[in-house]
Amino acid sequence: MNWFLFFLTLFTPSVALAASDPALDPLSYDAGAWSPYVVGAGIGVLSWLTFYFSDKAIGASSFYAAVAGGIGKAVAPKHTMRLDYYKKHPPHLDWSVVFVTCTILGGFIAAWTGGEFRNEWLHPMWVARFGDSIPLRAGVAMGGGVLMAFGARLAGGCTSGHGISGTMQLSVGSWVAFFSFFAGGVATAFALFRL
Amino acid sequence: MIDPGKAVKETPPEKPAPPKPGKLIGAAIFGLAFGYLLQKGGVAKYNVLLGALLLEDWTVAKIMLTAIVVGMVGVFTLHHFARVNLHLVPTRLGAQSVGGILFGVGFALIAYCPGTGAAALGQGSWDVLFGMAGLIIGSYLFAEMSGFLKRTVETWGEKGKVMLPDILRIPRGVFLPGFALLLLGILYALQAFTVR
Repeated sequence: MNWFLFFLTLFTPSVALAASDPALDPLSYDAGAWSPYVVGAGIGVLSWLTFYFSDKAIGASSFYAAVAGGIGKAVAPKHTMRLDYYKKHPPHLDWSVVFVTCTILGGFIAAWTGGEFRNEWLHPMWVARFGDSIPLRAGVAMGGGVLMAFGARLAGGCTSGHGISGTMQLSVGSWVAFFSFFAGGVATAFALFRL
Repeated sequence: MIDPGKAVKETPPEKPAPPKPGKLIGAAIFGLAFGYLLQKGGVAKYNVLLGALLLEDWTVAKIMLTAIVVGMVGVFTLHHFARVNLHLVPTRLGAQSVGGILFGVGFALIAYCPGTGAAALGQGSWDVLFGMAGLIIGSYLFAEMSGFLKRTVETWGEKGKVMLPDILRIPRGVFLPGFALLLLGILYALQAFTVR
């Protein structure tokens, strides 16, 4: 088997780049427990319900802005409430805060009942590429979070707000954001894992 | 640009007052369902999300496109019969492309996004906590600069609440079924040609 892989990598450089080490191949790890079509249809129906019962579109990123605003209000109330964004979106326990908090709980229930609770700090695919240093992962993830939130606020939504809710309403800006998310993401992921 | 349904008034502007408790119960139930579905779909997993960005695992694309088709048909039907308001974010080409690319770079670095990250935390993938700390810091940083950004980047390519059928000048009733069929065709191709 090792010899086979050796010759495979010798003669097919693209395969060598993509999957010579199974630990770096995303397909060597678990997929979802349910069919993606069932889950996708479920999320679609869930949007009917949030539109109908809550007069809201599904979105997640504003949760983090509300938490940041809440912390800002506790630490530097005057300064925080002078900022343009928080004048328009005063941070309080609103729909999106409750929604995303319960998303965490929903993820827990699904993982726990499905025997998929991971309880891990580093995913093996990350370890295979970058080693088992938690501070390194912490720095990269935190830096990524800063960029992601800044980008989401500038774009006006995230993979949920634009990627699902905005695109399904045929919003031009949401489709632009959707393709921009994946353009930036694909380029960076290849730089991280395939160079 | 967007005609409200027959009996529905224009979407009222976001009220700064805290919402009624009844609304928050809905938020709790829908949030639970959202997190449950995301985890069952596998999109709270590092390898599935990174696999999407490495163009090897198409689970994310299949879930998103299915959600878009199902959601679109239902929401526009409800809107036609004046049962719901639409909630479009105004199109700002500059902010959405620049912000979108920044978001994407961050996406590859964390591997989780704001919604799937919440489900990943519930799943016990603790590395998302660092990402969430970054998301909170980044949100505040944006708020810090929001006055400046509103006067600059956010004015570039500002188009208001426009929809694809508007700019393509196709009647919505014609565009919708056509677009749904196009997305179903892409889903069919994904199913036929991808491993996962």
